Amino acid sequence: MGLRPSTAEPRWVRLLLVSVTLLFLGAFLVTPLVAVFVEAFRKGLGAYLASFADPAVLSAIRLTLLAAGIAVPVNLVFGLAAAWAVAKFEFPGKSLLTTLIDLPLAVSPVVSGLIYVLVFGLHGWLGPWLQAHDLQVIFAVPGIVLATVFVTVPFVARELIPLMQEQGTEDEESALTLGASGWQTFRRVTLPNVRWALLYGVILCNARAMGEFGAVSVVSGHIRGKTNTVPLQVEILYNEYNFVAAFAVASLLAMLALVTLAAKTLVEWRVAAAPASIFAAGEKP
Amino acid sequence: MRWPRRRHSVLPGFGLTLGFAVVYLSLVALIPMAALFLRSRGLGWGGFWETVTTPRVLAACRLSFGAALIAATINAVFGFVVAWTLTRYRFFGRRLVDALIDLPFALPTAVSGIALTTIYAPTGWLGRALEPLGIKAVFSPLGVVIALTFIGLPFVVRTLQPALEDLEVEVEEAAASLGARRRQTFRRVILPAVAPALLTGFALAFARALGEYGSVVFISGNLPGKTEIAPLLIVTQLEQYDYEGATAIAVLLLVVSFVMLLVINALQRWSGGRHARGA
Repeated sequence: MGLRPSTAEPRWVRLLLVSVTLLFLGAFLVTPLVAVFVEAFRKGLGAYLASFADPAVLSAIRLTLLAAGIAVPVNLVFGLAAAWAVAKFEFPGKSLLTTLIDLPLAVSPVVSGLIYVLVFGLHGWLGPWLQAHDLQVIFAVPGIVLATVFVTVPFVARELIPLMQEQGTEDEESALTLGASGWQTFRRVTLPNVRWALLYGVILCNARAMGEFGAVSVVSGHIRGKTNTVPLQVEILYNEYNFVAAFAVASLLAMLALVTLAAKTLVEWRVAAAPASIFAAGEKP
Repeated sequence: MRWPRRRHSVLPGFGLTLGFAVVYLSLVALIPMAALFLRSRGLGWGGFWETVTTPRVLAACRLSFGAALIAATINAVFGFVVAWTLTRYRFFGRRLVDALIDLPFALPTAVSGIALTTIYAPTGWLGRALEPLGIKAVFSPLGVVIALTFIGLPFVVRTLQPALEDLEVEVEEAAASLGARRRQTFRRVILPAVAPALLTGFALAFARALGEYGSVVFISGNLPGKTEIAPLLIVTQLEQYDYEGATAIAVLLLVVSFVMLLVINALQRWSGGRHARGA
């Protein structure tokens, strides 16, 4: 055996630290994940599949798809617009704007739901007006969509802003000098430069949109078959001691989480491999 | 040749994109938040103070802050070990383990909640081992700490990893060649260099834990005054149409969130702003 380099720990320390890491992560991360699938299949494949025949579950899946289907595109457009303004221009109040974009991440999910109840609820600002016009936002689908939009605001923007800031404006300026229009520059130069970060932001945004619990729970009213999203349906089934069905529905969300993690890892490899700019391959800004 | 940054860029679309971003953010986030503060003004200072100092609210806040603090501390210690192991050592399955770190971000909180409850219940895989020791993990404050540790872990690890990767081996070699033992190098060279990132991760985990709801409500049992966290108390009061009570606690939580956001921003500037990750 050779001498240990001066910047490495003794072998027993390394073994100890690796063991602590694996034990800690095993207990805290792997066990819950495995438990979801074990509990879901506790009574066999038949019982697992039967859980999805429940009309309330199907309606919850439809509502979750609808909420994510609105929240993700809306926040994609917002993320692109905000990142363009923040990363490509200098203006007073810029750091305030970036802080505000992150705000929904800092707010408790319950508070995120509450603020919409205070605006649109029966005793809220617009409550009387909405009631007079026979419109319902809280305890109805629009409230769920709004709460989902709110909690997913930051995801696309915060992936794009640092990358676009790092890339600077030279590529776009070159394109404009070469006669491209503003829209062409954005589509042909900016978008390809940020495509992987954009995809990553969309994946994270979607995961949160489909998995949000606290904010949606406050505005939902838990009307079975009408205003329950998939996570809320999991809660209802669990509280009814219908554990197999609860974990079966939860396993859908767990699979979504695994797909999200896989996509994230894949995108990170692509980012590491891809050149930072379509013009300057391999050159680091 | 690089020009000094001009105030007026040749790029188009500034007014359009900034205008859209500001209007959108105002409609979706700022105006509803203003509603919260305006609503709480109806209480007045006296009413606000009275609402947030009832024994039930105080107990909930004590539990939320205490459990969040303990969980963030556990994460700071074990998160450091995990981040260190993942950046410094090569072992079988390292990349898989690295990808798994983000699981608490990706797994919906309700799913984490029911899974943790099942595992730590007296009949569960880990609860069975704790029960003979007289440790009650479910429906107790310990359960709250467990759930908050789960959701806070990625914040510490993901903030520390880039900081540890950026450490230059030369500095450690210099320390060693000047006669420092490995332990001394760690304490005097490595730890001070990553301290800002460690603190940032701690603050992020703490802030997230304070407001956490979904993963906690299943495992805590929600006994008023004992295992009831502040966000749950908001929901309870809302269900009883006590809008004023709910608003007062929400304002309290929101103000703490703002303060944490400022603290985290300051910490990130201190650490050079480059090690700031965490969703």
